[in-house]
Amino acid sequence: MGKVLMKGNEAIGEAAIRAGCLNYFAYPITPQSEVAEYLSRRLPEAGGVFLQGESEVAVSYMILGAAAVGERVFTTSSSPGISLMSEGISYMVGMELPAVFVNIMRGGPGLGGILPSQADYLQATKGIGHGDCRLLALAPASVQEAAEMVMMAFPLAEKYKNPVIVLGDGLIGQMMEPVEFPDHLATEPPNKDDWAVNGMDTRNSSRRNLLRSLYLDPEVLNQHNLNLRQKYERMKKEEIRFEAYNTETDYKALIVSYGTMSRVCRTAIDQLKAQGLEVGMIRPQTVFPFPEGAIEEAAEKESCEAVASIEMSMGQMVEDVQRSVKGKRPVSWFGKCGGEVPTPEEVIEFVKTIV
Amino acid sequence: MGKTFQKPEALADQVTHYCPGCTHGVIHRLIAEVIDELGIRGRTVGVAPVGCAVLMYNYFTFDFMEASHGRAPAQATGLKRVRPDLVVFTYQGDGDLASIGMAEIVHAANRGEKFTTIFVNNAVYGMTGGQMAPTTMPGQRTTTSPFGRKVEEVGMPIRVSELLASLATPGYITRQTVLKPKYINRAKKAVKKAFQYQLDNTCFSFVEFVSTCPTNWGLTPVEAIKWAEEKMLPYYPLGEMKTPEEA
Repeated sequence: MGKVLMKGNEAIGEAAIRAGCLNYFAYPITPQSEVAEYLSRRLPEAGGVFLQGESEVAVSYMILGAAAVGERVFTTSSSPGISLMSEGISYMVGMELPAVFVNIMRGGPGLGGILPSQADYLQATKGIGHGDCRLLALAPASVQEAAEMVMMAFPLAEKYKNPVIVLGDGLIGQMMEPVEFPDHLATEPPNKDDWAVNGMDTRNSSRRNLLRSLYLDPEVLNQHNLNLRQKYERMKKEEIRFEAYNTETDYKALIVSYGTMSRVCRTAIDQLKAQGLEVGMIRPQTVFPFPEGAIEEAAEKESCEAVASIEMSMGQMVEDVQRSVKGKRPVSWFGKCGGEVPTPEEVIEFVKTIV
Repeated sequence: MGKTFQKPEALADQVTHYCPGCTHGVIHRLIAEVIDELGIRGRTVGVAPVGCAVLMYNYFTFDFMEASHGRAPAQATGLKRVRPDLVVFTYQGDGDLASIGMAEIVHAANRGEKFTTIFVNNAVYGMTGGQMAPTTMPGQRTTTSPFGRKVEEVGMPIRVSELLASLATPGYITRQTVLKPKYINRAKKAVKKAFQYQLDNTCFSFVEFVSTCPTNWGLTPVEAIKWAEEKMLPYYPLGEMKTPEEA
């Protein structure tokens, strides 16, 4: 199959099917409702399950129930909806269940707006649910990458027996771009008989399976949390993904930016280069785990005078950037979070103030 | 002559944590007997609630999972939709189902989800220590209604079976009790019927049990049974509220 022109939200839906996920539960919310509209037609045709739940809260538990029997399942939502789903997400982390959640972020807090933002960074990377609860978080910067990340999210969720979140901003969902669905990312799900509550007959076993997140014994709960922590630590070792741009030069400033914002920064970097100012960029593709080593190394380059976190939020990722740079260079923040994406000119103007 | 009475295979050999005079034990046993009789233990998945029955999976011998407070019907929906060949039931108390989980149970019933819900109504939050529930009787004292439930402030108790029976979608909705031996056989027939409707892929099925909570009511087990019969049964009448045949 060659390239097709698709809206991001539709490509996300199609990518899940291509990845072998035929179960989708969702509740409508702008700016991602097209995923549900697309799948309400496409999934029955593919022999899958589509159901519109009564709320995001209920949807998160439909996802939990479907994941509990060992089936691939996913949902999509946007910021306020993800807040409601965060309860179910925490239970899934506690029960060690794989599933994929997509957040096409809009502005907040509260209802905020319906235009693009990256204002759920801290929620996704540090505070997705109550308890010691972390999700692997993938951050696409194009429709093509959104499709690829949705496809790779399923095996990652299964590898860690933990939900994975794909963190896209509203533009990723709303814009149309050419997309090609790669065959090599379609994977077979692993056997889940050792934990799934899929009925003893299904497993041909006399041993029953039990899924729970309640551990009343403090030592047992502590051990459970240590086991979960080990998974998060393993993610930090094995799953960090990032892209470097213009870092082969003797750049004077380093930008850290992700998603749609990073594309604007790329344009700004190209224009600054034409003006004679070299600027490098690290674009995290995973925001948890965060590419802290790569950022530290890039910031340490002798030519580099300053580091900037440029994001469509009021300064969230900047905390991770500061943590990564460890005080070796000044770190500043630039961004907007009303729904407008900063322009290349605004980025250029800002970068000039830090070098 | 063979064995005439034995522990159901679906029931684990465990001492339960339930208080004396609580009816969870009898209801558990009825479910286990029905599962044995229908021969469905190997394809049954139970969904346990938050409440006194949170640890109920310790007392059964088939696949089980916990739910969070009130969400069991949404979880059962996910389970059953992707694996329609499994037999799925939720087991929920009145705080769980009639308060925090009201949206989930109403919508699951209205979609006609093909699973079974066992609803145990003892007019109080048990596990958290006897707080007022949506099903608490008018004037009933609880730890959060120390002067008795004031209906002018918090309304009348919700009759969940009647509410669900009002939905236009076909369903099997019945209210039973196990307060006395005479009720138990009738209740077992209802549980069996509920599971049979699920096996036949007919409709959503729902069995409410009017139950007791001697501990939080501050009564002896014998007094609690009397109280439930005298105070609850007139307000929560037993019987079939709805069958799929009449729809």
